[in-house]
Amino acid sequence: MTQAPLPKAHVRCQLNGQPVEFLADQHMSLLEVLREVLDLTGTKEGCNDGNCGACTVSMDGRIVDSCLVLAPEVDGRTIETIEGMAPPGGLHPLQRSFLEEAALQCGICTPGFLISAKALLEREPDADEHRIRHWLAGNLCRCTGYDKIVRAVLRAETAMAPKAAAGRTRRKKSA
Amino acid sequence: MTSKTGSKKSESKKTGAERKFRVVGTRPIRHDGWDKVLGRAVFGADIKLPGLVHGAVLRSPYAHARIVKIDLSKAEAAPGVLAVMTGADMPIAASKVLDLGEEVTNAVFASDRVMARTKAVYKGHPVAAVAAVDHNVALEALRLIEVSYEVLPHVVTIEQAMAPGAPLVHDDLVGSDIGERVEHTNVADHIRYEVGDPEAAFAEAATIVELECRVSRAHQGYIEPQNATALWHQDGKLTVWTSTQGSFSQRNSLSSVLMMPASSIKVVPMEIGGGFGGKIGIYLEPLAAILSRKCGHPVKLVMERRDVFDATGPGPGGIIRVKMGVDAHGVITAATADIRYGAGAYPGASINPAAVCVFACYRVPNARIDAYDVVINLSKTAAYRAPGSPQASFATETVVDEICRRIGMDPAEFRLLNATRGGDRRTDGPTFPRIGNVETVEAIRGSAHYRAKLGRASSPTKKRGRGMASGYWQGIGNKSTVTINVNNDGVVSLIEGSADIGGTRTSIAMQAAEILGIAAEDVHPAVVDTDSIGYTDLTAGSRTTYATGAAAIQAAEQVVEEMKKRAALVWETDEANVRFADGVFTNGAAKNQHLTFKELCGKLDTTGGHVSTTGVVNIRGSGGGSFATHLVDVEVDTDTGKVEILRYTAAQDAGKAVHPAYVEGQMEGGAVQGIGWALNEEYVVGDDGVMQNATFLDYRMPTSLDVPMIDTIIVEVPNERHPFGVRGIGETCIVPPMPAISNALRDALGVRLTELPMKPGRIMAALQAQAGP
Amino acid sequence: MPTVFIAIPLRRLTGGQATVQVAGATLRQVIERLESSFPGIAERLVDPDDPDKLAVGLAAIVDGEATVLGLRQPLEPGSEVHFLPAIAGGASDRRRGCRRI
Repeated sequence: MTQAPLPKAHVRCQLNGQPVEFLADQHMSLLEVLREVLDLTGTKEGCNDGNCGACTVSMDGRIVDSCLVLAPEVDGRTIETIEGMAPPGGLHPLQRSFLEEAALQCGICTPGFLISAKALLEREPDADEHRIRHWLAGNLCRCTGYDKIVRAVLRAETAMAPKAAAGRTRRKKSA
Repeated sequence: MTSKTGSKKSESKKTGAERKFRVVGTRPIRHDGWDKVLGRAVFGADIKLPGLVHGAVLRSPYAHARIVKIDLSKAEAAPGVLAVMTGADMPIAASKVLDLGEEVTNAVFASDRVMARTKAVYKGHPVAAVAAVDHNVALEALRLIEVSYEVLPHVVTIEQAMAPGAPLVHDDLVGSDIGERVEHTNVADHIRYEVGDPEAAFAEAATIVELECRVSRAHQGYIEPQNATALWHQDGKLTVWTSTQGSFSQRNSLSSVLMMPASSIKVVPMEIGGGFGGKIGIYLEPLAAILSRKCGHPVKLVMERRDVFDATGPGPGGIIRVKMGVDAHGVITAATADIRYGAGAYPGASINPAAVCVFACYRVPNARIDAYDVVINLSKTAAYRAPGSPQASFATETVVDEICRRIGMDPAEFRLLNATRGGDRRTDGPTFPRIGNVETVEAIRGSAHYRAKLGRASSPTKKRGRGMASGYWQGIGNKSTVTINVNNDGVVSLIEGSADIGGTRTSIAMQAAEILGIAAEDVHPAVVDTDSIGYTDLTAGSRTTYATGAAAIQAAEQVVEEMKKRAALVWETDEANVRFADGVFTNGAAKNQHLTFKELCGKLDTTGGHVSTTGVVNIRGSGGGSFATHLVDVEVDTDTGKVEILRYTAAQDAGKAVHPAYVEGQMEGGAVQGIGWALNEEYVVGDDGVMQNATFLDYRMPTSLDVPMIDTIIVEVPNERHPFGVRGIGETCIVPPMPAISNALRDALGVRLTELPMKPGRIMAALQAQAGP
Repeated sequence: MPTVFIAIPLRRLTGGQATVQVAGATLRQVIERLESSFPGIAERLVDPDDPDKLAVGLAAIVDGEATVLGLRQPLEPGSEVHFLPAIAGGASDRRRGCRRI
């Protein structure tokens, strides 16, 4: 407690398509900076130890738990959060499919799932159910039992690449 | 593990009266959905206020310890620290039982639980709290608080707590043994129900099965930790922003613990990141309030995940012994249950609902139920989805399965033979109204899953099995208020006080839309604070869509009545001539005079001004509650004990599914929570009385990779107490999974797993015991 | 007249009777008549601080559903009344003593 605090880090990065500069304590996590310094509270804290995925963001195209990334580490990097996912005035196809499939109940895990699922579909636009379940296993949801989340991702695949996915995605019928 | 993406979803089984619905039964996009997928929804921890400061809580490292001395001087002197508090700052609450709907506690215990005064009775028990300019300064200040403890012997299991001469969690606890006063005990309560003569009936039974089951203490596992932000205003009023299942019940709790009038407290419900019963009680709110009073700023407190496991209320673990006898035809003649739950450090495990639910699925002419509420040195348990029912039903449903095997009867046939029906007397006395127990069993028996073959295991060391189980939750009715304000453009605002944890804004708005004959999208729901709507009981007890929905229907019906008057003015006719159907007002006394709801809204200003109504309900009971039957196929690796869920079908009575997608969502989510409790989830408590697995990594909740798609069958046996027949459905769905999986494992392996979780080590031990030495 | 089902802890006050027929058009009248037949029973059923309320943690199930009117609950001649613990558990009270039924 008596030692002099380290000087704050001066960090520059691309955040949701815009250049951003901020000062952060050396020990602060990216999650803390997003929520407390930059007022981007769409990224959620569920555990602060990298086990729930609620704080998932994209860093240079990789998904990371922002609670495990130190703020100074993001200098020079490109960060995308839930706030940058939708086009202005619209929704990303995954956001739309989550609404249409009722893939959220309380909604606290939803931003993390959306960021993770987006990263999957950018790599594997026709991922099957098993692959989706495998990819999303780092994101915990306690409300839905995952059924409707997986279906929402499959539906988004169809919406994003109608021809490629149409024959493969067997949709369940709604009552 | 890939499952049946293409399987048919929600085979709907309708029975009984059919009313033609336009909105109810459809699947509109939820009103709050956009904000939630865009990251804009403001949850409790997201709140920002002018002058906001941050707090942190110092917690006992010991399960049981006397607090000898607390030295705050260094913390108080640290730069950036604004206020420090201990139990000495807590008002001495008056003894008063707080009935929170699904949870009952005494204000003295509630006060003690949020901050220790003289003795810490569970690991994680708050002993001091700090407010500081930022969260990290507050955390550092905690390290400067010096607490001397005298460590006391603890009891963390039911056996330890009930042993003769056991250390007492509370020296002054007065227990009740079937109404008799007992002092110096850890058994806070022993209740008994009895009907007929079980001993005589057992003596004549053709087959008797008895099992003792052990169920682990399990956490609700909501992803959002508890949080509270409080501002103590200079005029003595208090505002609290928090994630709560019940803003009004929270206001009542705060009033009792802070010793101030409820009307001086405003609770602002934030978006809530899951609850499942765990966000009914108060934890951080009184501490944030007192810190705010001391420092003059709004103070925010947010729990860490470790604290959520250590110091909030999971569902109780228990030891449950069930004995059941049947006659030569398989008809149940007698049953007894001995139910012991570990309440945690204060009385109030859900033993009474356990007693109500343990035999609710079956006609039992001769029964005795004993249930014990046992205090132990772990955090006080709370409601957890159908509180009390899953643990007790685990024993009943595994016993039923063993009886079926013993007498060679199909488990669905056994259930149909013995199922409770409307008019049957419950073992706790009252009779059931119309219920859908039989219908959920029939739905499973008629499902594609039931007819499908189990199939061969994927390797010679793996074995497959199928299991079925039923379950029940009664639910509650109680108080709700809904205000509807009609706008000139034909859209109505719907103001309510029910926290929306899983889409209830929409399921309530849809009921108003049904009455008004407008689209669900033309009802704009808003969940508001305790100053802005009439009293509304909590979002728990499977009551929100049912009871707040009934208030919305009432408010909408008042709107229709008022609008008829306006139409009469427009048409210069007698009000009695105005009819309303399917969203259109017509003049029965003239040809071709009709106005849609929207059109008539445009004429409000010239017919007397705006229309605003309020529906107020206080409903007696739930209308019989909801039954469910689940069917599961498993594959077990006999080399490792790992269990894979191959296929899962859940059938449940929803009365009338208002928004079927969210009914399915409850059923799917409840089933998966149950799968977690069945296979993985438990509190591993060390000899030191401390939970050893208090992270999401080690408290292993199911991930997306652990479960298949959950097939759902919504059964609709109308609830006679709701205008549309709606039943609350949020809770029953967690009751059947654990016994269904035990029954499936029995089918696969020939061994009976009676202890939860049925983790690989236990399965291997059971297989080894089966193989013999 | 209404039938009152006597919970096990109260049966020593009723001489072991499990059901009692008691005249009364409201819950209050029934409790008053129960008290005159079985002295001591009322204090187990009624909140000592508010004579209109049931004892804390206690529910009166009238014809299958919990009353929300307390002692003012109207009864039909054929009504069934059960005094049971409220749906939630945990009404123990370490100062005043034990659960009432």
